[in-house]
Amino acid sequence: MKHNESRNVTRKPRRSPSLPKAPTGIQGLDELTGGGLPKGRPTLLCGDAGCGKTLLAMEFLVRGAVESGEPGVFMAFEENAMELAKNFASLGHDLKALVAQKKLVLEFIHIERGELEETGEYDLEGLFIRLGHAIDSIGAKRVVLDTVEALFSGLSNTAILRAELQRLFRWLKTKGVTAIITGERGETSLTRYGLEEYVADCVIVLDHRVDGQMATRRLRIVKYRGSTHGTSEYPFMIDEGGISILPVTSMVLKHKASTERVSSGLGRLDAMMGDKGYYRGSSVLVSGAAGTGKTSLAAYFAQGTVARGERCLWFAFEESSSQIIRNMRSIGIDLEPAARRGTLLFHAERPTIFGLEMHLLTIHKLVSQFRPRVVVIDPITNFTSIGSLAEIQEMLTRLIDFFKIQQITALFTSLTTSGEFMESKDIGVSSLMDTWLLMREIKSGAERNRVLHILKSRGMAHSNQVREFLLTDHGAELRDVYVGPSGVLLTGSARDALEAREKAQSLFRAQEVEGKSRELVRKRQAMEAQIAVLRAEHEVEQVEAAKMIGQDQKRAGVLARDRVQMARLRQSDANAAGKTPKHK
Amino acid sequence: MAGQTPKSLVAIANLKRLCDDHLKGRRYRIEVIDLMVTPQLAKDDQILAIPTLVRKLPKPVRRIIGDLSNIERVLVGLDLIPASRTSA
Repeated sequence: MKHNESRNVTRKPRRSPSLPKAPTGIQGLDELTGGGLPKGRPTLLCGDAGCGKTLLAMEFLVRGAVESGEPGVFMAFEENAMELAKNFASLGHDLKALVAQKKLVLEFIHIERGELEETGEYDLEGLFIRLGHAIDSIGAKRVVLDTVEALFSGLSNTAILRAELQRLFRWLKTKGVTAIITGERGETSLTRYGLEEYVADCVIVLDHRVDGQMATRRLRIVKYRGSTHGTSEYPFMIDEGGISILPVTSMVLKHKASTERVSSGLGRLDAMMGDKGYYRGSSVLVSGAAGTGKTSLAAYFAQGTVARGERCLWFAFEESSSQIIRNMRSIGIDLEPAARRGTLLFHAERPTIFGLEMHLLTIHKLVSQFRPRVVVIDPITNFTSIGSLAEIQEMLTRLIDFFKIQQITALFTSLTTSGEFMESKDIGVSSLMDTWLLMREIKSGAERNRVLHILKSRGMAHSNQVREFLLTDHGAELRDVYVGPSGVLLTGSARDALEAREKAQSLFRAQEVEGKSRELVRKRQAMEAQIAVLRAEHEVEQVEAAKMIGQDQKRAGVLARDRVQMARLRQSDANAAGKTPKHK
Repeated sequence: MAGQTPKSLVAIANLKRLCDDHLKGRRYRIEVIDLMVTPQLAKDDQILAIPTLVRKLPKPVRRIIGDLSNIERVLVGLDLIPASRTSA
């Protein structure tokens, strides 16, 4: 055997081939582990009570049975583990059916505490037999022992126990099953009884922490022999679908940049962006003070998206969906039909219910389920109540990365407190965005008018001009602004006045031009009249001249006839006269 | 027991001796179950350790694990002598 191994080692390529892995089917975990848990080996899953170990282990088994065709055995050593396992049915899995189909075995190993008399040498062969029988009865490929540490409270001979546990894990390997062993966190060691000494292939730690008032669950892969794995802590949540772990977003900026463009839903705005709109898969930030029309821009984008036949997912963190629909209707955008059809999905909730990670997870989940091409997050600024600026930035970075990989175009609205043009938090967040539209209010006279300005838009030529943004009941309009004589932006009534003035001016000019051209026409007509007269005179002269020429010719003809006649009368030789031409 | 291992044979021998010594004149029945032959009984009787002695009657059911070399412990476990010393 040793010879073969060394030969194979030299033949293998530099990069060691990855371990065969058993996919967990748990959202996010397979990405984190590079394919799943080590196949045919035990994995240690430790964490405090209530952190989700049993749930994760159960999900591994059930998904293995249902999705990967690998039957599984669940051995519960504690009653609550058994209860939890049975409660797994509430997550939408029919455990009874799986047991009946011989895809799952659920057994409870009763450990008597303090009732056992230990009277000499023994081993735990009974456990092996039990396990072996269960595994063989359904041909199981996956096994969960939850939690093996319970043995320590029932049996006092730790030496025997440890020896047997070691034997157990070796035995599991020979059985070729992928096993999850759960254990509780210890004070000084990873697990209370130091199981990590024996289960060395893969160790995952679950954590359930309360930060401030937010409870977050975290998962960390402490060890995974022979495989690369994410080493950070990853937040996860448990809901009616099971466990969802925040997927690893490749922080290596490897995603492709699309050259496709999508309309913003507002023609004039597209015109400001090279006549095409946003880049597909790009991130757009619309920031501005309250009431500047950010949500309406988002609504236009949503409307444009569903009109194209694509799906839009709208996360509303301030208003309810019916509020948004009603408000947008007042400016002529009707989002109701799309919402009813299901191409526009609203998800409204106040940010303060959950922590940042939960929101991130919820967004991930919904996006994976709904598969939109466009996502609206309106607004992001409410998150400041549940996280620091740095945390929000981190969350947004992950989100934007996630969207880019999926080629989802995302529009974020951000509320800036009025008065300030740019705030530091704007700047921090805006650096993550490809396009930044700034909505402002201009005070002129006694009016406040809204203006829109493209602050930046990566990768495209865009207008750097400010446009006035008007919300009328038949829609939004973007109008050119006027720079008045003193260089002041004129909007609203001042702009209207200037417009009127200019209109009058141009009208006057038009009239002048018309007058001039009329004069020209007149002059030409006069000239043409003169020409006509000249021509007529000329014609008359022509006629007279022709007449004269005609008379002349007649006279010449008469003269010639007369001569001939006179010659005849003189009785000269007619022939001689006729032949005279010779002499002539 | 699980197969004819030395531990199991010792246990059976110890058990026989114990019964001869302490259950003279009493009616008892010893049933030896080999889990290698009937593995499903491991689940039914919740047997983990081998060898295990289960006293089914009189109730309550008592379990004793080990090769029964500690006679005193066995007797305490079978309720044949009172548990005067510290518990297990």
